Amino acid sequence: MYAFDFEKPTSVADAVVALKDEDALALGGGQTLIPTLKQRLASPSKLVSLMGIAEMQGVSADGGTLTIGGGTKHAVVAAEAASAYPALAALAGGIGDPAVRNRGTIGGSLANNDPAACYPSAALASGATIVTDKREIAADDYFQGMFTTALDEGEIVTAVKFPIPEAANYQKFEQPASRFALVGVFVAKYADGVRVAVTGASEEGVFRWTEAEEALSGNFSPDAVAGLAASADGMITDLHGSGAYRAHLIGVLTKRAVAAAG
Amino acid sequence: MAKISMKVNGRDVSGEVEGRTLLVQFLRDQLGLTGTHVGCDTSQCGACTVQVDGKQVKSCTMFAAEAEGAEVSTIEGEAAQDGTLSAIQAAFQEHHGLQCGFCTPGMVMAAKSLLEVNPKPTEAEVRHHLEGNICRCTGYHNIVKAIMAASGQDVGAIAAE
Repeated sequence: MYAFDFEKPTSVADAVVALKDEDALALGGGQTLIPTLKQRLASPSKLVSLMGIAEMQGVSADGGTLTIGGGTKHAVVAAEAASAYPALAALAGGIGDPAVRNRGTIGGSLANNDPAACYPSAALASGATIVTDKREIAADDYFQGMFTTALDEGEIVTAVKFPIPEAANYQKFEQPASRFALVGVFVAKYADGVRVAVTGASEEGVFRWTEAEEALSGNFSPDAVAGLAASADGMITDLHGSGAYRAHLIGVLTKRAVAAAG
Repeated sequence: MAKISMKVNGRDVSGEVEGRTLLVQFLRDQLGLTGTHVGCDTSQCGACTVQVDGKQVKSCTMFAAEAEGAEVSTIEGEAAQDGTLSAIQAAFQEHHGLQCGFCTPGMVMAAKSLLEVNPKPTEAEVRHHLEGNICRCTGYHNIVKAIMAASGQDVGAIAAE
């Protein structure tokens, strides 16, 4: 790992200032960034830890919205979102392993936008709002491709606001070595329709499976998607699975998610 | 270089670290606590598992500076001063939960973290909890058995000897 300066501000305002330096990078829990630094795939001049910022911590439900601070760790979401949004808590409780969940944060996951990460599917399927230090971004506008988001340089995910669905479920077909999603499908049912988001499968990162959404909005049952097949075009092919295999899994996992959501 | 201070196994410690100094490097190289092992150094294997403020973390995937002011527990803090093993360590010995022993410090710290929040886990819960700790010798059965035994549960019905 190359050398860098390290800062740990205690407010968002101070972190924003610290991130103005050229080649400064924000550090969440570091569960992706630290291995990346060890591989010398990144060489920031300065890391700005966001883990000391109290205003970016915590889970709170208010009316129909669950708000999670950007620096909130997966283990905390798994425990504290369980009553308000059980499907989201279950997703958080299935990320990586216990040690990863005690460090990794929701803001870090969404800022990185790994094409196989779990949280992007929940944010997109829930129509969540990504709150940053300077604006609010709808999930539909936020995810812009593999490892690409609407965030500007130095912009910090300070919170995520999830509309709480009537029913929801996340099904992850785990890649057993990394425990990332080989394919993951998040289904969320709202009064005005159903949203289905798929992670792990597409070369473009997380995406909405709109055909399934239309079918499920009329009839929220596994049978409604039984006849649908996701296209293998643009699906990831690697040593873990072909694009056709991943496309097949999208259908299977969507049915399972709908069945589990009830 | 920056000065950091923390409490490790109940003892106040401090040292000078670079930004890039990992917690495991601080523990091993500066404090001489070499019981915490570096297995893969890629965040996969869990041999470096310690507790920071009571939470299980991989000390190879956390900067030492992030533990400023924290309470850190390592494998060296498990046995009593007179060398008496903790219940978990004794169960690993009794049930042959190790062969080469390289992963064992991480396994014990992971088990401790599980039993603190879930004192009577099921076999499935133990196996789920160990997803981030890799052992290349035992095949896990005896590790699971040791953890179940340490929780005071009957292990007669658990998988292979």
